[in-house]
Amino acid sequence: MGEGTGDSTGEMLRRVGGDTPLLEVRHVTKRFGNFTANDGVCLKIMPGEIHALLGENGAGKSTLVKIIYGSLQPSSGGIFWKGRPVTVGSPAEARALGVGMVFQHFSLFDAMTVAENIALALPNCRATGELAETIARVSSNYGLPLDPDAHIADLSVGERQRVEIVRCLLQNPELIIMDEPTSVLTPQEADQLFVTLRRLAAEGCAILYISHRLEEVRALCHHATIMRRAKVVAEADPAKETVNTLAQLMVGNEITRVTREKGKLGPEAILLKGLTQVSQDAFGVSLQDINLSVRAGEIVAIAGIAGNGQKELFDALSGEEPLEKEDMVIFAGEAAGLMDINERRLLGAAFVPEERLGHGAVPALKLSENVVLTRHGTGEGIARRGFTRFGKAGRIVETVTSLFDVRKGVLDPEARSLSGGNLQKFVVGREVERTPKILIVAQPTWGVDAGAAAVIRQSLIDLSRKGAAILVISQDLDEIFEIADRIAVISRGYLSRAEDADTLTTEKVGLLMAGGAEKKGAAAA
Amino acid sequence: MLEAIILTIITAATPLLLAATGELVVEKSGVLNLGVEGMMVMGAVAGFAVTISTGSPLLGIVGGAVAGMLVSLIFAFVTLTLVANQVASGLALTLFGLGLSGLMGESFVGQPGLKLQSLDVPGLTDLPFVGKILFGQDILVYLSFAAVFGVSWFLNRTRAGLILRAVGDNHTSAHALGYSVVGVRYLAVAFGGAMAGLGGAYLSVAYTPLWVENMTAGRGWIALALVVFASWIPWRAAVGAYLFGAVTVLQFHAQAFGVGFPSQFLAMLPYLATVVVLVAISGNRRATLFNTPSSLGKSFVPDR
Repeated sequence: MGEGTGDSTGEMLRRVGGDTPLLEVRHVTKRFGNFTANDGVCLKIMPGEIHALLGENGAGKSTLVKIIYGSLQPSSGGIFWKGRPVTVGSPAEARALGVGMVFQHFSLFDAMTVAENIALALPNCRATGELAETIARVSSNYGLPLDPDAHIADLSVGERQRVEIVRCLLQNPELIIMDEPTSVLTPQEADQLFVTLRRLAAEGCAILYISHRLEEVRALCHHATIMRRAKVVAEADPAKETVNTLAQLMVGNEITRVTREKGKLGPEAILLKGLTQVSQDAFGVSLQDINLSVRAGEIVAIAGIAGNGQKELFDALSGEEPLEKEDMVIFAGEAAGLMDINERRLLGAAFVPEERLGHGAVPALKLSENVVLTRHGTGEGIARRGFTRFGKAGRIVETVTSLFDVRKGVLDPEARSLSGGNLQKFVVGREVERTPKILIVAQPTWGVDAGAAAVIRQSLIDLSRKGAAILVISQDLDEIFEIADRIAVISRGYLSRAEDADTLTTEKVGLLMAGGAEKKGAAAA
Repeated sequence: MLEAIILTIITAATPLLLAATGELVVEKSGVLNLGVEGMMVMGAVAGFAVTISTGSPLLGIVGGAVAGMLVSLIFAFVTLTLVANQVASGLALTLFGLGLSGLMGESFVGQPGLKLQSLDVPGLTDLPFVGKILFGQDILVYLSFAAVFGVSWFLNRTRAGLILRAVGDNHTSAHALGYSVVGVRYLAVAFGGAMAGLGGAYLSVAYTPLWVENMTAGRGWIALALVVFASWIPWRAAVGAYLFGAVTVLQFHAQAFGVGFPSQFLAMLPYLATVVVLVAISGNRRATLFNTPSSLGKSFVPDR
């Protein structure tokens, strides 16, 4: 593939004529101790096919992929490549067979150049001028332009993914595994990626595509294998399914639709008055005279494209960045602008930041210890006179994990051992369980599968109907329209007026996101 | 006079340069081995022992390298295979080396040793001034320079060097690509041990051919510091080693001449000057960041 278009007639013939699967996984089982991650899994991928692998977090997709790529060995069962049984002992052996992988968490070396990174993945290759030329040629050929001499640390996330893909292409793979490739891309970058993938498939390269985004699976993939709780539960032609039927197959039952009834509005609980803050960071966004009020019993959502001041707004609300004047942020009638995060928590506020691992939870600490970290000073008696009551924290972990169906292997695991979706449920649940009066949450369902997202969204709605004021900062418009009573849009640090969600459409919000919100106090019209 | 000073500077700088070059490779692979002092002193005692028992200083320096490598492999086993903490293990290695060398060297104290001969190039060595400096050195001096160029070439121009840097930059990614993180690190630690052993052997075979307990006198720590202040660039480590050697020698002369300055201040000068100069030449912080091995000191455990 790497050398350009290749012999497309031959490739087509192979694709149409061959009925031997390129890769077949037969009855693969993988156990970790008592835990079965894959249970008799079967999978067939034909040449030139874009094959979706669907499943909730923890369904066993990652384990299966690691087995195919040689990072893990199956406990039983076998892998067949072009009809012949093979043992894939290591990623290097997988690459030698013709299997390439684009990782969700990139396996790149930040301090090295693009060319050096690619050389590392190719056998007996050095980062020479010749390689740089090949990289430039192949990358522009597939619409993935790259500068071979750039350092990875200087590249955007989308560009880093291009490096991964080009690196993969230069190994002339016949099968490329892509793990959640669009979760880090802008919509435009994702569209560009689909063009590249369709072209690769047309040239005969098979793609195993893992994603939570069912819309894009429907648009892109020829075939889908659906996993649930370590087993393959269905195969489907995604084009003939709807997003809903696919989601149903993944979760196993009808997804509980999020329901929302008008709540009773109470007094103003969150009030922002002329919130202005010049960003100290050269790449940050300054907040420009933000005014907003959220009443008890309602959910207000702030939409916007990433990097328009969401992070700065969250930090100003949580108290991580001190403000100039104390009345810029008023929680439950108290001027909170100069308070630190704990003083704000004592006013009844709770905060869930966007980055769950590292910001929302300390990776190396147990869940109970992470409970202590956000709830030690909330007057619940978890920490008293310098001593910590871990029994109490442990009970909170139990409540949260059962309420939010957090799946974990041991009683009190380290935060980093949870999958992304499960940790997100825990991080949100930890705050919701406290029944705060004020909840400020950023990206509540980022990278979370449909079932877990529904649980989290419903919990937010229920909390607000119990009388909490909730401010959701999200980039997911579907989510916003599902849960918000009123919607405001942030754009380059300006916030539009919050409008009733029922009077808004996606198009109107989209226009505001594209800059319309910057006119001061712009009405959402 | 000047010739004599330059010759002493070379002898002061060579052991530092040998040990620092080795440690640089170790750290580039992501391993922080604080046991340089211990490996050096083992190299010194083994070098001396082999020299007087075989009568060959050349075999002596080989023995020093082997001894340094052997103790470094203890460190490698403990930190890479048993995944112990690198800082604690490195400190333990230094204490272990100092103790063991004292025990092994007890009978050698006070014995005269044999001095490593300099390589005299007929004709050239007799040139005025430059002759002795450029062509009248012993083999370890030339080896130390060869090591600087060799390591530089290896790290930046060869595939093996690329892999070593990759392991030091992000061991998880290197493992995902199928490289043996632990294997690469074993080799790097062994090389670092051999180089530290050579540096130690230089002291007991070439510099002052005798054995004194604890004769490395903190040179291993200076070599360690040089690697960091040289921001993991070999030629900068060479600059640092020679600068340190030069200021050390010059301040001795200054003391001898009776400069009106407390000797304690003069004794501080080499450290101060080396730190200031190396920090100044690594002014480009972005470049420094790219040279710093991100996985330095972090243990690696491959997943099942």
